[in-house]
Amino acid sequence: MMDTLLILLLLIDLRLLVTSRLNSAIHWAGAQGLLLGLLALNNAGLHAGFGATLLIALTIGSKGFVFPWLLLRALRSTGGHREVEPYVSANLSLLLGMVLLGISYWLGDRLALPGIEKGSLLVGVAFFSILTGFLLIIARKKAIMQVLGFLVLENGIYLFGTGLAPHTPLFVELAVLLDLLVAVFVMGITLFQITQEFDHMDTDQFHHLKE
Amino acid sequence: MLAGALIAVPALAGALAFLLRDDRLRRWLLLVAALVHAGLTVAAWFHRFPAAPGDWLTLDSTGVFFLSITSLLFLLIALHTAGYLGNEEPHAGTGSQSVFTGCLLLFLSVMTLVELSAHFGLLWVAVEATTLASAPLLYHHRSPRSLEAVWKYLLICSVGIALALLGTFFLMAAVPVARQGIPLTVASLAAEAPGLGRAWLKAALVLLFVGYGTKAGFFPLHTWLPDAHSEAPSPVSALLSGSLLNCALLALLRAQQVAVAAGLGPFGRSLFLLFGALSVGMAAVFLVKQSDYKRLLAYSSVENIGLVSLGLGLGGFGAYGGLLHALNHSLAKSSLFMTSGNFLAAFHSKRVERVGGARGIIPLSAGLWLAGFLALTGTPPFGAFLSKFILLRSAASQGRYGLLVIVLLPVVTIFAGMSAVILRMVWGTVPPPLPGMPGIRRTDESRWMWLPPLVLLLVALGLGIWVPAGLDRVLREIVATLGGMP
Repeated sequence: MMDTLLILLLLIDLRLLVTSRLNSAIHWAGAQGLLLGLLALNNAGLHAGFGATLLIALTIGSKGFVFPWLLLRALRSTGGHREVEPYVSANLSLLLGMVLLGISYWLGDRLALPGIEKGSLLVGVAFFSILTGFLLIIARKKAIMQVLGFLVLENGIYLFGTGLAPHTPLFVELAVLLDLLVAVFVMGITLFQITQEFDHMDTDQFHHLKE
Repeated sequence: MLAGALIAVPALAGALAFLLRDDRLRRWLLLVAALVHAGLTVAAWFHRFPAAPGDWLTLDSTGVFFLSITSLLFLLIALHTAGYLGNEEPHAGTGSQSVFTGCLLLFLSVMTLVELSAHFGLLWVAVEATTLASAPLLYHHRSPRSLEAVWKYLLICSVGIALALLGTFFLMAAVPVARQGIPLTVASLAAEAPGLGRAWLKAALVLLFVGYGTKAGFFPLHTWLPDAHSEAPSPVSALLSGSLLNCALLALLRAQQVAVAAGLGPFGRSLFLLFGALSVGMAAVFLVKQSDYKRLLAYSSVENIGLVSLGLGLGGFGAYGGLLHALNHSLAKSSLFMTSGNFLAAFHSKRVERVGGARGIIPLSAGLWLAGFLALTGTPPFGAFLSKFILLRSAASQGRYGLLVIVLLPVVTIFAGMSAVILRMVWGTVPPPLPGMPGIRRTDESRWMWLPPLVLLLVALGLGIWVPAGLDRVLREIVATLGGMP
C-alpha cells in the first residue's frame, strides 16, 4: 500500500514536469496533496490519536483542496493565458527529471531514517519531490507555477517528515501547516496584485529591480 | 512567564491595531506597546537563565542579547514611524495604516518568538512567520517595483526557509532510534550530543545554513535583500536590516550550539567562514556600482552580516567581536535607513544623482547621514571600529593572513565607494527640479525625523568608548556556548 502511494506521488512529480496547462498542473498538485494525506493516514494506522487524525484531516483539506482552490482563483483572475510557458521545454524537463530521480534514488538508498527499514522508497521519493519543486521554480516563467513548485517542494519535505511523524510534536506540525497556509494565502494575494498591476504574471518581465 | 509576556504584548497590540478605527489612537498604541516591550526586555536582563532540556522558550544570554537589539530598535523606529504615519497624506498610493501598524506589531511579536525559541521546530515556525508578517509592510507603498520586491522576498525566503525545515527534520533523524521522541530543543540535543548521527547532523547543519542563511542575506542567497530593503518604507527597511537579519543569524547560532556540543564546532565554524568571506567579498563588487542610495545601504548589510559571520567562524575572541559587530551594525544601519527616509521625502528620489547639497535642504538629516556613514564603516571612535578591530586582530592572531586580505580589501573598497556617494549627497549641488516636479527647497525637520536616528548613533558612539560590564558578561556567556575563548 505504502509503496503504491509513493510511486503514485513520484509519477505526479513527473507529470508536473511535462504538463503544459496551468489548471491541469494545479489539479495534479492538489492530487499529490491528497495522496500525501492518505499516506500519512496509512502510516498512522487505526490507532492514531485524535490530534494526529485532526492533523491529517487538515493536511488533506489544505494541500488537497484549499491550495488548489486559491491558485485556481488567482488563475481565473488573470483571464486567458493558461499556458505554462517554460524556459526549459517539457522534453528537456523530463530528461532532467530522470537525472534527478536517479540522484534521489541513490540518496534515499544511502540514508536510512531511524525507525524505517532500509530499502524503503520514502526518502528517495521525498528528495525527488523536493528537487522537482526546485526545477519547477527555476524553469517556469509563470509566477503561479513558482508557487506550485514551492508547494511540490513542501510536499517533499512533508513526506520526509511523515517518516519521523510519531516524534514531531503536534503543536509544531499544526504551526508549520498554518505557516504554509498563510504563505500560500499571501502569495495568492500578491499574485492577484501582480496581475492587476502588470496585466500578466510572467516573471521574465520583472526587470525593474535587475542589477 | 516573562518570555510569554514579551511575545503576547505585541501580538495582542497588533490584533488591536487591526480593529481600531482612529489613526491617532493607533499610533499611541504602537508607542505604548513598544515601550512595554522595552520595559519587559530590561526585566529579562535580570532574569536570564540557561534553558532546561524541556523548555521551549528561553531567556538565555543569546536570546536576551538579540532581543535587546530588536527591542531598542523597535522603540526608536516606532517613534519615527508614528511621525512618519502622522505626516503621510492619505491617498490611493498607500495601504491602510491599520494593516501597517498591525503587521509591524505582529512582526515584533514573531521576531521576539525567534529570539526566545529554544525548540528548533518552534524556531522554524517563527522565522517563517517573520517573512509573512513583514511582506505586507514592504507593499505599503503600492507600486510595481515594491510588488516585484515583495514577490521575490516571499518566494526566495519561503523556499530558503523550507530547506531549513528539511534541516530541522534531519536534526530529528540524527537522534538515535532508542532516543527518538526527545524534545528537539538546543539543551536536550546538546545533552544527547555524543550519540547523534554525525552524517545526519552535518547534513542538517548545511541545510540550516543555506535555509536560514537565505534569510540572513548571505551571498549568493541574498538576491531578495537589496530589493526588499530598498523598496520598503524607510522605517521598515531599518527594522529589516537592523533586526530581522540578526534573527536569522541567531537561528544559525542555535544550530552551532548543538554542533559544538556534538564536537562538530569546527565544521560549523567553517560554514560561517565560507559564507562570511563570500558575503563580504561579493558585497563590495555590487556595492560600488549602485546608483540608488537605499540599495547601497542594503548591500552594506550583506557586507556587515558577512563580517559578523566571519567573526563567528573565527570563534573565541573573534566570535566576541562578531557579536559586538552585529550590535554596532544594527545601530548604525537602522539610523541610516531612517535618515534615508528624510532624504527621500526632501528630494523625492532614491537615485544618488538626484540628491545633492543636502546640508542646505535638510541640515540635521545631512549631519546624521554623515555621522551614520562614519559609524557604519567603523571610523573611530564609533563602536564598529572596535568590533572590526577585534575581528581583524583575531584573524591575525590565528595566522589567517589570507582571510585578513579577503576582509580588508572589500572593507576599504566599500569605504571609498560609499564616501564618494555620501559626500556628494551632503555637499554637492542641489539638482534642478525635473519638469513638472516642485523644486527642492529647505524643509523643516520635525523631531521624530532626527531624534530616533540620533539616539541610535549616540549609543553606537558610546559603545566605541566603553563596553559596559553587563554587555561584556553577556557576550562572554554567548561565546562560552559556542566553544568558549581559546
